[in-house]
Amino acid sequence: MERLTFDLATTPLRELNTFLHKDINDGKARHVTVLNPDGAHNIAVGLDAPVEVEIVGHAGYYAGGMNKAASITITGSAGTGVAENMMSGKVHVKGFASNGAGASSHGGLLVIDGDAGLRCGISLKGGDIVVGGSVGSFSAFMAQAGRMVICGDAGDALGDSLYEAVLYVKGSVKSLGADAQYEPMSEADIAAVASLLDQAGLDHDPKAFKRIASKRSLYHWNADANQEY
Amino acid sequence: MCGIVGLLVKTPALREKLGELMVPMLIGMTERGPDSAGLAVFGSPLAGNERKISVYSGLTEDGADFNWLGLGHALKEHLGVQVAVEPKGNHAILSFDVAPAIVKRWIAEHHPKLHILSTGRSIDLYKDIGTPAEVAARYGFAGLTGSHLVGHTRMATESAVTPDRAHPFTAGEDFCLVHNGSLSNPNGIRRMLEPRGIRFETDNDTEAACRFLEWRLREGDDLETALQKGFEELDGFFTFLMGTPDKLALIRDPFACKPAVVAETDDYVAIASEFRSLAHLPGVKHANVFEPAPEEMYVWNA
Repeated sequence: MERLTFDLATTPLRELNTFLHKDINDGKARHVTVLNPDGAHNIAVGLDAPVEVEIVGHAGYYAGGMNKAASITITGSAGTGVAENMMSGKVHVKGFASNGAGASSHGGLLVIDGDAGLRCGISLKGGDIVVGGSVGSFSAFMAQAGRMVICGDAGDALGDSLYEAVLYVKGSVKSLGADAQYEPMSEADIAAVASLLDQAGLDHDPKAFKRIASKRSLYHWNADANQEY
Repeated sequence: MCGIVGLLVKTPALREKLGELMVPMLIGMTERGPDSAGLAVFGSPLAGNERKISVYSGLTEDGADFNWLGLGHALKEHLGVQVAVEPKGNHAILSFDVAPAIVKRWIAEHHPKLHILSTGRSIDLYKDIGTPAEVAARYGFAGLTGSHLVGHTRMATESAVTPDRAHPFTAGEDFCLVHNGSLSNPNGIRRMLEPRGIRFETDNDTEAACRFLEWRLREGDDLETALQKGFEELDGFFTFLMGTPDKLALIRDPFACKPAVVAETDDYVAIASEFRSLAHLPGVKHANVFEPAPEEMYVWNA
């Protein structure tokens, strides 16, 4: 595999992203190392080639956003909206991630070894998210499809207005959002958690997780509910 | 949008380099705040009754040509006060050892277009319209020394782009605040404070937060209690960074709508809206980098 290095201390980010969008589409397998990301926004966004990208350091907003096919690793932390709207592939943050991690992801796997900020997995549309640490408030808000595995704790209003995404939490949940409820873990749930933990490289007992899914009472408007769900 | 930065050096030797370390932090936040910039720097306090005020002449007809030394002479002549003047273009620091109200009242009567930026024993404050790089060069920020500072780059959303609406805001003595966000109840806060004799200088929402917190401190609250009351009374989106002579404090609203990231080493604590303003700091690759949690208080001692 050909190995390439882009040092963002000396190379403009646009040069890296242009390479990852255009020049790379010759079918050759490549591993690209990105040095000195220094919190720049939009690193390795919109990739549709099966390239391995390693970002060494802290990435800014939207790193790995709209990813399709690439496998992106960030060795430090990630700013707002990491792997936002990912279609497929994998994004792995070894540090913490800020707000809106994996927002509206349609597919692929987002792994965050540390904590994720608020609104992690908001409007999730089919992607999988595994968080080694805890997630902030309003995570999985209006999540429509896909799965979230949270190995630590969750903040307020987890899974508020949840559609058909399923959440698995090992730690404590400060509060569930409207229309979210705990459900029993089936054998299929335990197998799903085990598989996601295995893909994320995290070692937890899948049986220690609780399942949270939608009560589906918000699916139909109820004028008598008096805003109480 | 706006950018905030803060830097507190723990190693005394770094006090000489405070400004030099900070300028790239401020310039790094240009995209978040290109229309105005400012900072407040805290150094060793003046002795006894001595006080200093930072004064801005950019709103006077003479602007950067304002006759600061003439102002010093006039104060001596009319008030019998010995005033040390450190002029820097449209900005000057005046030091004296009488009650600051006496000097400020005289200035308000005789030079109503001079704008008092700060008052205290430790604080110097600079702010003006222009890009962060322009403002930093205008006042020689790179040469500033001290133990800690707070800075701001502004992209105005709720009040006009003018020097007096730039941040930091101050109230009372040796207290300042910068704000990224927007408050939804600043007018309610004003209506609560004005009958208590607290006067406002602008229509800016941040000024309401600044005067509210300084009022609580003056009423006897310690910083933590004042911040707790801030959480209860101030509604809206905010990351606030505040400076006092011996502390740097940070809070974020419960929704963490506005960003903040902290890098801490044995030598310093650095705060910015985004990591890209911290990336140049020495040893940052091995710093403890974390995102402050919403509705928590972070207070660092100088």
